[in-house]
Amino acid sequence: MEEDFVLMKGNEALAEAAIRAGVDGYFGYPITPQSEVMEYLTAARPWERTGMVVFQAESEVAAINMLYGGAGAGKKVMTSSSSPGISLMQEGLSYIAGAELPVVVANIVRGGPGLGTIQPAQSDYFQATKGGGHGDYHLLVLAPSSVQEMADFVELAFDLAFKYRNPVMILSDGAIGQMMEKVKFKPQKPRMRDDELPEWATTGKKPNRERNIITSLDLDPYRQERFNHHLQEKYRRMCEEEVRYETFQSDDADYLLVAYGTSARICQKAVQLAREEGIRAGLLRPITLYPFPVKEIAALAGQVKGMLSVEMSAGQMVEDVRLSVNGRVPVEHFGRLGGVVPSPEEIVEALKQKLIKD
Amino acid sequence: MAKVKGAIVVDIERCKGCELCVISCPTNVIAMSRKVNSKGYHYAYMEHPDACNGCTNCAIVCPDGVITVYRKKIETSDV
Amino acid sequence: MAHDLKDIISEENIVYKKTKVLTDKPMHYCPGCGHSTLHRIIAEVIEEMGIQDKTIGIAPVGCAVFMYDYIDVDSQEAAHGRAPALATAIKRLLPDRYVFTYQGDGDLAAIGTAETIHACNRGENITMFFVNNGIYGMTGGQMAPTTLTGMRTSTTPYGRDDSLMGHPIKITDLVAQLPGTYYVTRQAVHTPAYVRRTKKAVRKAFEYQMRGKGVSFVEVVSNCNSGWKMPPVQAVKWLDENMLPFYPLGDIKVPED
Repeated sequence: MEEDFVLMKGNEALAEAAIRAGVDGYFGYPITPQSEVMEYLTAARPWERTGMVVFQAESEVAAINMLYGGAGAGKKVMTSSSSPGISLMQEGLSYIAGAELPVVVANIVRGGPGLGTIQPAQSDYFQATKGGGHGDYHLLVLAPSSVQEMADFVELAFDLAFKYRNPVMILSDGAIGQMMEKVKFKPQKPRMRDDELPEWATTGKKPNRERNIITSLDLDPYRQERFNHHLQEKYRRMCEEEVRYETFQSDDADYLLVAYGTSARICQKAVQLAREEGIRAGLLRPITLYPFPVKEIAALAGQVKGMLSVEMSAGQMVEDVRLSVNGRVPVEHFGRLGGVVPSPEEIVEALKQKLIKD
Repeated sequence: MAKVKGAIVVDIERCKGCELCVISCPTNVIAMSRKVNSKGYHYAYMEHPDACNGCTNCAIVCPDGVITVYRKKIETSDV
Repeated sequence: MAHDLKDIISEENIVYKKTKVLTDKPMHYCPGCGHSTLHRIIAEVIEEMGIQDKTIGIAPVGCAVFMYDYIDVDSQEAAHGRAPALATAIKRLLPDRYVFTYQGDGDLAAIGTAETIHACNRGENITMFFVNNGIYGMTGGQMAPTTLTGMRTSTTPYGRDDSLMGHPIKITDLVAQLPGTYYVTRQAVHTPAYVRRTKKAVRKAFEYQMRGKGVSFVEVVSNCNSGWKMPPVQAVKWLDENMLPFYPLGDIKVPED
């Protein structure tokens, strides 16, 4: 039955959700730990269900440029990859942002740098939220922390991508990609008909309009400055309207853990353990990493005695927490690196060591 | 008896003076003007208009498509 | 006897004029550049086939980066070398449109080699235009993969040394060997006769797209007057004497019928 729960891997849930969201094309390249996305899609044969194109490109460079072409033609297109492959896509993402195209890219993060490891990590936060590619642009970044969110965020990502004509990244990690949990899917949404394609897309110049040009190039610096201001205005609107986050036991917290994705799940347990020891800990889980919940964290800085950013990295999101807190209270970072996943006990210990000095 | 007479009109401002039309003309109609257009290019013109038979070689080789070619059958009894 | 030119020059006597599918914007290419001519030919074919409302063009990075300012069809600007990837997605998502890529020698045979080979290997039902002038024009005349042995460029000021940089690459012959290419031809546009032949090739390259049998690949060997540092008339002579012996014109692969 359509409405029942199924047990599925995060990567597979992403794939099934893509089919159901009426995605027109998936163009990908294998890389651990996310190859299941394309494997699921090629096995499910959605071209028979909805006409969706599923395509293995010759590289991530090719894949992201296929997304550019498909999105330029007005279609809902997505890809998935992992850290080293996402690095290869940075040029393409800059072009996509500069051409104002809607695409969805899922990064199932693994430890780096370089070839790194296949274990989960959160060391691509800077790349995802601060740029990655060249120029003044941003991706809208959604951070799932469960298999259900892996599924739910596909349709959300496309809605936001088309609303803002901007690339959207689903920043996940190898643990969520591989873990199995119960997930409920929405019913099948039909793919866009030809007459529903956006009017700015390159679908063939009809006599009643000018030709549509998808480009990010303008050699006139004053025009390009105006265009960049237009992009910045988009990002301001995103910051106003699209912040998403969740809190857990933060109302009376003395110490706030800030964590996303897999780290957030572990922090929930850490909060419980801390409370058992009499420490009033709470958690804020950003769901959008860009736009970051600046106001919400700033508000909590008026209540708590310190914040601990828990990440599977050397400390990337902690900088945004510090910026939001603006010196009001101490902000520390705890993280395991290189693909190691922290335990809730370690997190409580770090909280005690770094923030609760006495 | 009929003869074919041709003529070309060059968009002087768009001509870039590449001279490919000059060497493509089978009857040596075209030469480069000693004057220049507002971009500083010497432009092509019909130096020997009588020799033009409207073959369109010049227009076909012109990279910028600045030549329009006309052709008409003239009855020689009209002379 | 001088006939009154006004008699000849009138609307009903027009036998050639610029196609409507070329916009009014003057093309920025150097005088005598093959890009302009090929743009014109492609636009004429699109007009004659009546497919302006169904064609999507993909511009390269290179001198032809502003192709979309001149050919009046829906267009996309690709990153350097990536045009075949864009075309692959567009054609697979909108299979009833005519999709063409337009690339120079750096775009197609240097940075874009993987995209070129794989689009041709997969047999995408697209039309690929490859302008080969043996040099990187837009960036100031550097060596290209197709630069001839001994040819001087701004990065081979003493002439291309094959022992250091390898031989010029005949990418068109390489892709012709892939089963995914359906029609592969090498043409030129610097004489009226060549232009007429190229136009026929361009027409076939578009028509064949709808047969669903693979890539139609049209190389155009062109002069680059600025890069070669010669006026156009001298450059086309150099082309005849140096480029064409190495990159001979003609059909390399044709469909059986």
